[in-house]
Amino acid sequence: MSLKNSACIAGAYEHPIRRADDKSVAQLHADVARGALADAGLTLQDVDGYFCAGDAPGLGALSMVDYLGLKLRHVDTTETGGSSYVVHVAHAAAAIAAGRCNVALITLAGRPKAEGMATGTAPRNYGPAPDVPFELPYAPTTMNMYAMAAMRHMHEHGTTSEQLAWIRVAASHHAQHNPHAMVREVVTVKDVVGSPMIADPLHRLDCCVISDGGGALVVVRPEIARSLKRPVVNIIGTGEYQRAQSGGKVDLLTTGAAWTGKAAFEEAGVKPADIQYASIYDSFTITVLLTLEDLGFCAKGQGGRFVSDGNLIAGAGKLPFNTDGGGLCNNHPGNRGGMTKVIEAVRQLRGEAHPKVQVPNCRLALAHGTGGSLGTRHGSATLILERA
Amino acid sequence: MSLNIGRRQMPAPTVYPDAKPFWDAAAEGRLLVKRCRDCGEHHHYPRDGCPFCGSVNTEWRQAGGQGTIYSFSVMRRGEVPYVVAYVTLDEGPSMMTNIVDADADAIRIGQRVAVRFQPSEGGPPLPVFAPV
Repeated sequence: MSLKNSACIAGAYEHPIRRADDKSVAQLHADVARGALADAGLTLQDVDGYFCAGDAPGLGALSMVDYLGLKLRHVDTTETGGSSYVVHVAHAAAAIAAGRCNVALITLAGRPKAEGMATGTAPRNYGPAPDVPFELPYAPTTMNMYAMAAMRHMHEHGTTSEQLAWIRVAASHHAQHNPHAMVREVVTVKDVVGSPMIADPLHRLDCCVISDGGGALVVVRPEIARSLKRPVVNIIGTGEYQRAQSGGKVDLLTTGAAWTGKAAFEEAGVKPADIQYASIYDSFTITVLLTLEDLGFCAKGQGGRFVSDGNLIAGAGKLPFNTDGGGLCNNHPGNRGGMTKVIEAVRQLRGEAHPKVQVPNCRLALAHGTGGSLGTRHGSATLILERA
Repeated sequence: MSLNIGRRQMPAPTVYPDAKPFWDAAAEGRLLVKRCRDCGEHHHYPRDGCPFCGSVNTEWRQAGGQGTIYSFSVMRRGEVPYVVAYVTLDEGPSMMTNIVDADADAIRIGQRVAVRFQPSEGGPPLPVFAPV
């Protein structure tokens, strides 16, 4: 069953906070839930489907359902790291199409900054999983895992640090206009490659920010969306995929986007060249480069050339990306950037992005999430959205 | 420039029953890989069924212990610098490991490496690789 036009994004909200010393994670979830529902013109009483991932405190969704006072017909706690919320939008559309709910609320919140988490530079223990004994003793940090992909891309395709730097440069050009962005300073290629090397070949400015906060989305049945006062954003293409070390057939240059992009474009009936704005998960610069290739915006190996010379800068390049400043400059709440990817795509489609970065008459946008770690295991998800 | 990579203290791997033969062999200085008797593919990390064809007709094989570096990353921010890598064994599968006893600035993708076993803190030794 195609999900094309089966549901709409009616509400979107990004928490303005970037460091939440005085708020609990549950409070942040509640803040963003109320924010997205208010944006849509709905209330917590209207919600009959709730979606959250591993960042929600407690057993699955159970604590948050009670904290928020929700009365539900449908719940979904799919966990694919930072891409979870992109998956949730598709799952919400499927649930609505199947008649399981009418108003789906998706929330994300976290406070790694306040908790002093060494997000990228300390090995992450994924617990009692079968693959962990074969990884954790080697102390692979999240940075190493993305760095190995970058190293291999440089080896196979001649990609340079300067080309990767252009991705950060573009994000910084956008972030200067976002008053909530953690880092608003416009940087040059020289600044990026001159920043300290953290894990070869990735520099400090190749990495996203660490921030607290969160975001929420409200996905509704099309009839409900049309009855509300906000511009209608239709979900027209979806794709999800999981990829890991493949039993030892390790290929760090092909991400799940190679599958999710194909699925989403086929469902939507559009091509990469039709996309006017793209939110691309940007945990690191290399994440963006590989994703753009795998989604088909350029050929495999050509990502370095594609992102160079400002091609991702709104108003200057062919593919404006992450016009909020992305995870690289604006926000990566709870170390999970999929939510903000969808939110900025919704802003663009509504014409509510900052005027300096708004894509004129933006009707077709893409949002892509990459959760987990590119080098070991990740969940990918693509959404294609269209303004009605 | 050169950055000599020595040995780092390594935490013990958790030994689950389905991978115990791997760790028992490591304690004897032998590197094992799993092979599927039905489709013939080797896989790593070892598990009870073949991830390629689904067969549970798998066997342990002793690997030659040599391979090439598929990719690597030097972590310069730890207390002791270290190198995380995927090494592609001559038998086929790539495995995560550390490159040891090397100049980090001289490591290259495609470089030939051989297994060594490094003690862990209270557990079986771990396969690491050094340039040959």
